[in-house]
Amino acid sequence: MADERKGLSRRDFLKTTGIATGALVGGGLIGGLVGYNVNKGGVETKSGTKNTGNHDATSVVGLMFFTNHADFNLLSQAVERIFPEDDLGPGAIGLGVPYFIDNQLAGNYGSNAREYMIGPFFAGEATQGYQSRLTRAEMFRQGITKMEEEAQKRYQKPFVDLDGSQMDEIITAFQKNEVEMKGVSSEFFFRVLRQATLEGAYADPIYNGNNNMDGWRMKGFPGHQMAYINLIEDEKFQKIEPKSISTMQH
Amino acid sequence: MAKTMDKVNVVTVGVGWMGGIIAAECAKAGLKVRGLERGKPRGTADYQMIHDEYRYAIRYELMQDLSKETITFRNHRKMRALPMRQLGSFLLGENLGGAGTHWNGHTFRFLPYDFQIKTMTEQKYGKNKLSADYLLQDWGVTYDELEPYFDKFEKTAGISGENTNPFAGKRSNDFPTPPMKRTPILKKFETAASSLGYHPYMLPSANLSEAYENPDGEAINACQYCGFCERFGCEYGAKTSPEITVVPTAMKTGNFDITFHANVIEILKSGNKVTGVKYVDTQSGEEFIQPADVVVLTSYVMNNAKLLMVSNIGEQYNPDTGRGTLGKNYGYQILPGVTGFFDEQMNVFMGAGALGMTIDDFNGDSFDHSNLDFIHGASISITQPGVRPIQTNPIPPDVPAWGAEFKKASIENYTRMLSIGGQGASMPHKENFMSLDPDYRDAYGVPLLQLTYNFTEQDRNLHKFLTDRIAEIMKEMGAKTVVPGNPISDYDIVPYQTTHNTGGTIMGTDPANSVVNTYLQHWDAENLFVVGAGNFPHNGGYNPTGTIGALAYRAAEAIQKYSKTGGSLV
Repeated sequence: MADERKGLSRRDFLKTTGIATGALVGGGLIGGLVGYNVNKGGVETKSGTKNTGNHDATSVVGLMFFTNHADFNLLSQAVERIFPEDDLGPGAIGLGVPYFIDNQLAGNYGSNAREYMIGPFFAGEATQGYQSRLTRAEMFRQGITKMEEEAQKRYQKPFVDLDGSQMDEIITAFQKNEVEMKGVSSEFFFRVLRQATLEGAYADPIYNGNNNMDGWRMKGFPGHQMAYINLIEDEKFQKIEPKSISTMQH
Repeated sequence: MAKTMDKVNVVTVGVGWMGGIIAAECAKAGLKVRGLERGKPRGTADYQMIHDEYRYAIRYELMQDLSKETITFRNHRKMRALPMRQLGSFLLGENLGGAGTHWNGHTFRFLPYDFQIKTMTEQKYGKNKLSADYLLQDWGVTYDELEPYFDKFEKTAGISGENTNPFAGKRSNDFPTPPMKRTPILKKFETAASSLGYHPYMLPSANLSEAYENPDGEAINACQYCGFCERFGCEYGAKTSPEITVVPTAMKTGNFDITFHANVIEILKSGNKVTGVKYVDTQSGEEFIQPADVVVLTSYVMNNAKLLMVSNIGEQYNPDTGRGTLGKNYGYQILPGVTGFFDEQMNVFMGAGALGMTIDDFNGDSFDHSNLDFIHGASISITQPGVRPIQTNPIPPDVPAWGAEFKKASIENYTRMLSIGGQGASMPHKENFMSLDPDYRDAYGVPLLQLTYNFTEQDRNLHKFLTDRIAEIMKEMGAKTVVPGNPISDYDIVPYQTTHNTGGTIMGTDPANSVVNTYLQHWDAENLFVVGAGNFPHNGGYNPTGTIGALAYRAAEAIQKYSKTGGSLV
């Protein structure tokens, strides 16, 4: 499985490295290199532990987009495969990524509100970017249905009942564009899923991912800090307890 | 029926850096100026939640709403052009301040070579260094002529820097504020570049090293190195932007006002003059006519060109015949770069957008191209902008893009990875141009601008050569693994590259090969000025804002002169 992923991974890396480094000069950031994740489990997450340090204990999360738990559970398993729990810390489920994605799909992200969605639509070349009439909400609905279909086709079992390597096989099939989807390529859906997973793992916890700021803590990113002017010349690596934007005050 | 507003002396289409500079200078001189801004007002007080990578950097909070307007793109003329439906390759601005709100603040002056590139290339390498497909031309103004205006822009913006770059044009004054802090990461680059015989210097920065008051009395604060410049506004008022400098300067005169939510859809022309512009109130949908003695296009490169095209002002460039100038010489940049993985952890999350060090040993014509298959080059910089976790998941090439190995490697390397990037010049090519799209329209029924662009052989050769040089520096810096970017093939509009689009409304000394004269006055309408990076006949190896700023100050002076005397300024 890992080997199958390497081809694309290497290509992704090389494709973005040069751009990424240049972009640091040009005013941009490291773009598409980052991944998507899938994970397993994740039905009932522990919203009680979602304390970011400044929310009161009554903060809750819930489903705003998905209307049935089967779809949400599949999403949860898939993103956990992309960003799994390990000895470094929680995976996508523990970080709340499935809720993050659900909540985002219910808003501007899901409806592509700030993107040009006027036709006519043509497939176009890869260099021309996304050319589908599907919104992300529609793409996720279809993608999750297709993942379930693949599981049934290959193993006659629900996706969520597969073992990890079987899930990886299906995700890899999407990544390699081997699954037929309507209006969008499975490879593109995979990319969006991977990217959304990383967004949920590392976005500010106000978006209901990055539970307890553990994504940042694993990575050594201090989140929102007002200033580094007194530290930036220091040779020593600084371990700083992260803060959420919700504590930003002027 | 469009309602006609009261006439003003000068109307600017867009209020970012260009509109702000024109407005400030003309209003100070007593002209009544109105800015038409399609977006909303915004300023420092609106950036209190700015340390939010997801909202601002990933979901593009400050940038153009593409549901209203975008561009279409194709690599070449045989391809069907399709809309850029999501932001990617470049990040277009919107609202007060435009892209000047979310810029990083790198503020270079183009090289003396850039302004006389055709003459100097031919003198040194003969007439056939590049094939005839490359449409190289001098700009019609020299570095020395522009120098006072560079100086003026830098003083307005309070640019922090050090005057030690041996390849730069001569300066009449030092930078207004001292360079930013030399961090351990920058020092690593400085030591390596110096030991290879190069000439590193602190990148000229609009994130100010100290509090500063500009000649117009505007205060800019000292940078706190919080690491949120790229794609963000500055909550400290420490990153120079139009909202905290030229716009308030213009406002203070009492001669300037801004109409917001005003999207200009046409330039109105009568004979050899323009009479004003037509705009749509984006909230009510009503149309208005704004008459003016002078119309100044100060929106982004693409919209400036589009407005001329939809208004039938000037002759559209035709790549078959070479006739026409409007849309010609569209340029982008190429970005050779190298990533290095280190053993030690570094404070990569601290920084500022223009915190960096640069060498120009391989920029312009500062090295001999006799045996090279390209001209020009790139500035090579390391920057410490503050890298953030969603967008930065560095993994060595043999690691999968997802799963357990990915997670481990991306976390391990986040604080152990550095990049050096070259910002490569782009030479104009006859097949790279802008025109109007025949099929797609914006929310106001106006055709979208169409981009026909691909990297050329010159770009690919330059990219390869520079990548090798950059890799040498990264090795010298002590990276345990050095991963060069792969060679460029076709231009791809998806991954972010640079918001340094140029050309299409180029300047020059002859109406046969330029849209505007060297004062940025339109050849076909003496009271129409077009200001922006669209004026660049080719793209250089630096960020454009310093050079556009200089051109804008020169144009502002010309507009004042025109307002007194009329007629062509050349």
